[in-house]
Amino acid sequence: MIAGIDLATLWAFIIAFAVFVYVVMDGFDLGLGMLFPLFPAKADRDVMMNSVAPVWDGNETWLVLGGGGLMAAFPLAYAVLMPALYTPVIAMLIGLVFRGVAFEFRWRTTAARNRWDLAFALGSLVATLAQGIALGAILQGVHVEGRHYAGGWWDWLSPFSLLTGLALVIGYSLLGATWLILKTEGALREKAYRLSWGLLFAMLAAIALVSIATPFLSIQYAQRWFAWPNVALAAPVPIAVAAVTALLIRSLGQKQDSRPFFLALALFALSYAGLGISMYPFIVPQSITIWQAAAPQNSQIFMLVGVAGLVPLILGYTGWAYWVFRGKVRAGSGYH
Amino acid sequence: MLSNLDPIVLARAQFAFTMSFHIVFPAFSIGLASYLAVLEALWLWTGREVFINLFHYWLKIFAIAFGMGVVSGIVMSYQFGTNWSVFADKTGPVIGPLMAYEVLTAFFLEAGFLGVMLFGLERVGPRLHFVATLMVAIGTLISAFWILSANSWMQTPVGHAVNADGQFVVVDWFKVIFNPSFPYRLVHMVLAAYLTTSLVVGAVGAYHLLRDPHLAGPRVMFSMAMWMAALVAPIQILAGDQHGLNTLEHQPAKVMAMEGHYQSHPDGAPLVLFGLPNQAAGRVDYAIEIPKLSSLILKHSLNAPLAGLDTVPRENWPPVPITFWSFRVMIALGFLIFGLGLFSLWARWRGTLFHSRPLHIFALTMGPAGFIAVLAGWITTETGRQPFTVYGLLRTADAASPLAAPAVGSSLLAFVVVYFIVFAAGAIYILRLMAASPHHGEQGPRGDVPTRAAGITPASGVAGQGALS
Repeated sequence: MIAGIDLATLWAFIIAFAVFVYVVMDGFDLGLGMLFPLFPAKADRDVMMNSVAPVWDGNETWLVLGGGGLMAAFPLAYAVLMPALYTPVIAMLIGLVFRGVAFEFRWRTTAARNRWDLAFALGSLVATLAQGIALGAILQGVHVEGRHYAGGWWDWLSPFSLLTGLALVIGYSLLGATWLILKTEGALREKAYRLSWGLLFAMLAAIALVSIATPFLSIQYAQRWFAWPNVALAAPVPIAVAAVTALLIRSLGQKQDSRPFFLALALFALSYAGLGISMYPFIVPQSITIWQAAAPQNSQIFMLVGVAGLVPLILGYTGWAYWVFRGKVRAGSGYH
Repeated sequence: MLSNLDPIVLARAQFAFTMSFHIVFPAFSIGLASYLAVLEALWLWTGREVFINLFHYWLKIFAIAFGMGVVSGIVMSYQFGTNWSVFADKTGPVIGPLMAYEVLTAFFLEAGFLGVMLFGLERVGPRLHFVATLMVAIGTLISAFWILSANSWMQTPVGHAVNADGQFVVVDWFKVIFNPSFPYRLVHMVLAAYLTTSLVVGAVGAYHLLRDPHLAGPRVMFSMAMWMAALVAPIQILAGDQHGLNTLEHQPAKVMAMEGHYQSHPDGAPLVLFGLPNQAAGRVDYAIEIPKLSSLILKHSLNAPLAGLDTVPRENWPPVPITFWSFRVMIALGFLIFGLGLFSLWARWRGTLFHSRPLHIFALTMGPAGFIAVLAGWITTETGRQPFTVYGLLRTADAASPLAAPAVGSSLLAFVVVYFIVFAAGAIYILRLMAASPHHGEQGPRGDVPTRAAGITPASGVAGQGALS
């Protein structure tokens, strides 16, 4: 305890925050990658790529903070979850390798540009699918003995984890499509509106399916959501989802510019809060709580100093970079 | 087939492979980021067009190398968990915060300012753009600080205790961060990065000078690179020597392996120039030795006794042949680089720096030498630490994840295939950029599309650039 606040809980919020920032920031550029095949014209793809090229690297750094922070603040959870999620994590890394280099490579070759475009799209898809599957695999729980993962190599694969994988593909694609509405003009933007409608309804279906399936995974999830008084605390989440959806439908109908993107982000935030309600205080569901996994206090305090001082600074200059590249991206006008 | 293999051997192979690929890019981007900052500073200061042309020329190469460094680095950061989960659990409280600080102080700084550095010159104007370039350069150095602190702690662990769960717990952060081998390792690595970059820049300059010795850009880059080699190579040799003495003090078995000293030498140890270390028999076959020289180098006395691996329990021996050979490769390249620096000084004094074909051919062939030396150096220090991940405290065999060989083997195979595709393509694109000489009005990244974003470029940015170019 430090000044009455429980360090492990504080760190759980910090890690959750880092992961959430990652999800919303890399989410839209991964989503944009997955939409690539629907935009075959080179000019469209150039605009799409240029809309994220100056910021994608910073977006992805939050993934490193999430992983590194987990190892630092909750080493036991990191040590158990990574082997449990071995295959999806490796697949995600390989997907990120391909799409990361595509940002530079596709401009350096004419002959192989289509191949790097494909690598960008497939890499984005594989990375997203792997992240969604990993999320499902964590929710369904992993087999732990002592301080080790004790399950099998294929435990991560289940109908539920495939569902969460698909849900994330849809969700990131919606973020990507609404980002395009924000950053582009003309026919490209019209197409992004059309895609957003379909993706929004697909995402609502996915949220509904995951919400229905989760309580069946474990009695604890069911009690968390439906037992009194929890239901009173949890109920605002689905109500807020309905409200945000209504606003999103209206903003798409009125062809608003920036609002669809931020409302899509709000949908993500609510889904994310729902996950938090399901899991807390477990970091490895049903096996390891945040207190069991917590690093020694000395380590958590040492890092807390850095986080408190540096994260506001990071958010500041990241915001500045976004501000520098504000406005619409036009065809044939890359950033230089 | 895979199930007959040892998962720990496979996990080590995977780490060695992904690490070897990765280290090349930070080594290059640390040096290149600083070089870019120097070029832009010179441009702002002198207003000479050649500097901004060189800046844009190397910026495109930097963008590709940096991108590959980022993606291979993300792989590294997750590998501790996937393949070395026991290591992650036990050392997480020590190593984790050091790496988290690397992310917070270095990665975000680099990534945040990289976009402005690559694409933002006309949007923010030259001065603010220079700040961005400087932030990226500083970020690469801060990154080196933390990652070498973490690695050095694994080599010379101090400032910790061990708790009931077998985790390393920090008692004194200052001691952990500034552990005994850290200053030597940091200096040696940063100098290596600068030398590596100067050799690449020098080789590209030499390549273009060989075709036309009057090109302004290649002249400037060749001259700058040769100054760097001439000045830094001797400093690096001194730093390496000091690092060696530090290693002898804290990791004697590693020095025994580097020197090929299986036997103890009570009255002055010879320097084994070459030979074939025979791990099974515990001796160096066909050794060519210079008597007493090893004692002179390591103890500064001809007859000082030096202990050999015969004083170390056999299960704690490093794999001598690898350490021995990689060390010799690094040393040999170090002296070749030193030789190149001396040659360039002589040519400069004679006034033939831009016309000496032998010098240019030498510099061209030495282009990749820095990368090879860096790799050899890392192989020396990492294999010399074996069989421990945390020296003397946590054995490599006890640090691995509870995984079966097929899992580790197939992921290794996947990484090998992916890395060869991706990094071969990257190397081709970089070499292609290098094959063109920097020209008048050189554009930054994305030179294939029109210069200005119509209507959204701040007028001041354009005017500012126009005034200075």
